Amino acid sequence: MSVMKRVSLIFRAKADKALDRMEDPRETLDYSYKQQVEMLTRVRRGVADVATSRKRVELQMNSLQKEISKRDGQARDALGKGRDDLARAALQNKSQLLAQYSDLETQFANLQEQEEKLTLASQRLDAKVQSFRTRKETLKATYTAAEAQTRINEAFSGISEEMGDVGLAIQRAEDKTAQMQARAGAIDELLASGALEDHVGGGQDYIQAELDKLGASSDVDGELARMKGEIAASAPKQIEGNGSAAAGQEATAAEQQAGDGS
Amino acid sequence: MIVRILGEGQFRVDDDAAAKLTALDKDLDAAVRDDTEPAFHAALHAAVALVRTTGTPVADDEFVTADYILPFSDATVSEVRQLLADGTIPGDSIGLP
Repeated sequence: MSVMKRVSLIFRAKADKALDRMEDPRETLDYSYKQQVEMLTRVRRGVADVATSRKRVELQMNSLQKEISKRDGQARDALGKGRDDLARAALQNKSQLLAQYSDLETQFANLQEQEEKLTLASQRLDAKVQSFRTRKETLKATYTAAEAQTRINEAFSGISEEMGDVGLAIQRAEDKTAQMQARAGAIDELLASGALEDHVGGGQDYIQAELDKLGASSDVDGELARMKGEIAASAPKQIEGNGSAAAGQEATAAEQQAGDGS
Repeated sequence: MIVRILGEGQFRVDDDAAAKLTALDKDLDAAVRDDTEPAFHAALHAAVALVRTTGTPVADDEFVTADYILPFSDATVSEVRQLLADGTIPGDSIGLP
């Protein structure tokens, strides 16, 4: 038998089974309506959950983007200081981060798609449930055994199929979101612990420490040069035995040092 | 004829479209039986596109059951196999109401 026919029979069999359990058709209507309201709550929660996951991925993308810019800056910094090895490490790191970023982009698009689908499912079910509520009251008011029974069964089966559809759609979205959440959780942890840089390769600590060291040693070189200059400038005066001038230089040097330290 | 696309609701299609769907259904059936994913996707996409373009959405206040139900437009063979086997999809904890 055909696939489409078999799927429709599965849905119908489930509705028939539920109908068999009902003794009073009016009970069927109320029971079904209660189920519909529960299903609506569930699908709305599903939409909210997917939206939360999407926002989380968006935040991660922002964090990664910052890391990527930082690597870029480091590479330029390193090149400026003549450290091609460090620039290479920073760029390698950057390309790994870019790969992760593109993975997140895919996840983001997937979640957005799930969110749109579930939102539509929610709207469709909402409209159906509103109509069903009206229909339910009409059917109950005009209830005359056999005839009404048929119409009630039709309405019940129709709405059951709708709920089965939406139920499967929610389940599907939940499954897909759960898979992505597991991966997103891992990235969150990495970002929070600052281990992302180490995780993806060369290690931020290494590159930054090297750059800091370069920065520090150039400061030291600068200070050494300045001190040498000062000593050279004051030396002739000391030979001349000008004690007050030397004392003045010392004071100036001390002031400069205090200034550097602040 | 009434056709449901899972995740998209019910559509009313004319006899011409219904005949085309029946032909596509044979392809779907063969693909599910032989577990050939590409053939399955091709037939599913053609069927979904046909219903979307030629069908008219069933009104909100109309409660009818579908004659045919098409899987989710991005369904896989294994998903459909499970649905046919027990009316659930992978990971489905509650099944149909």
